[in-house]
Amino acid sequence: MARVVVDVMPKPEILDPQGKAVQGALPRLGFEGVVDVRQGKRFEIELAGELTEARLAEVRQMAETLLSNPVIEDFAVHVDEREASAR
Amino acid sequence: MRIGVVTFPGSLDEVDAQRAVEIGGNQAVPLWHGDHDLRDVDAVILPGGFSYGDYLRCGAISRFSPVMTEVIAAANSGLPVLGICNGFQILCESHLLPGALIRNDHRKFVCRDQRLRIENNRTPWTSSYAEGAEVTIVLKNGEGGFVADTDTLDRLEGEGRVVARYLDDNPNGSLRDIAGITNERGNVVGLMPHPEHAVEALTGSGTDGLGFFTSLAEVMLNPTR
Repeated sequence: MARVVVDVMPKPEILDPQGKAVQGALPRLGFEGVVDVRQGKRFEIELAGELTEARLAEVRQMAETLLSNPVIEDFAVHVDEREASAR
Repeated sequence: MRIGVVTFPGSLDEVDAQRAVEIGGNQAVPLWHGDHDLRDVDAVILPGGFSYGDYLRCGAISRFSPVMTEVIAAANSGLPVLGICNGFQILCESHLLPGALIRNDHRKFVCRDQRLRIENNRTPWTSSYAEGAEVTIVLKNGEGGFVADTDTLDRLEGEGRVVARYLDDNPNGSLRDIAGITNERGNVVGLMPHPEHAVEALTGSGTDGLGFFTSLAEVMLNPTR
């Protein structure tokens, strides 16, 4: 088993109303000095069997076709090593 | 003409859309998201709502439903397709239309009678309107902000592919006040406001939306138009 993580974030030039709402709430709770908040999504994908380059390429394909919309979002794929070695 | 109206799990406005199709003088044909079958229709409407619960992104999962495989192939061969609200989002996710729709800039759901200008009456969905016609059509959305990069926006405007633009107030932060666009070929139209809710004087703001449902017949009768 391997766990691969896909992080999806709105592109920097795309307005992020959810991030703005969170940013607006923080000072009300007494957290000062927060200049910006961007909200994204994290996908944890469990894969059966050995993690190969081909399998990783497949995850990147998942990220491109479904998990993110390349028009408005960027994504990053990384292997969760901590999880992998714990098994 | 036979106009298919797709029902996805979470669609809300397919009954109103079917009704509008009939009032517009056409036959409404119900289509199901899970079928690889367009039932030989002459055109397709993707209605508003929250298909697949808007999970992941609006339209992202619907785009991969069996019926959409057929709609995308047919649209690429010239079948007229109209996406209203959630349908517009599905068309963008399908890459049949450029750009994307994001959460309203003011972060609130908006529901109002919206003034619009019909800027392109050369599509099969807008030929009943005079070019530049100013109409009032109800709008209701939480994620209706149209965004695209500057090159795409310039191209849409330069090629006359902005079908409708918001007048007076911009209700959702859409770039360049864009309310609806069409593809290069002109057969696929996405529109954020809801013309199917503006086809009868008894309800809603008037009948300004009816043109979207009478245009097809006009195009077929006057194919040179």
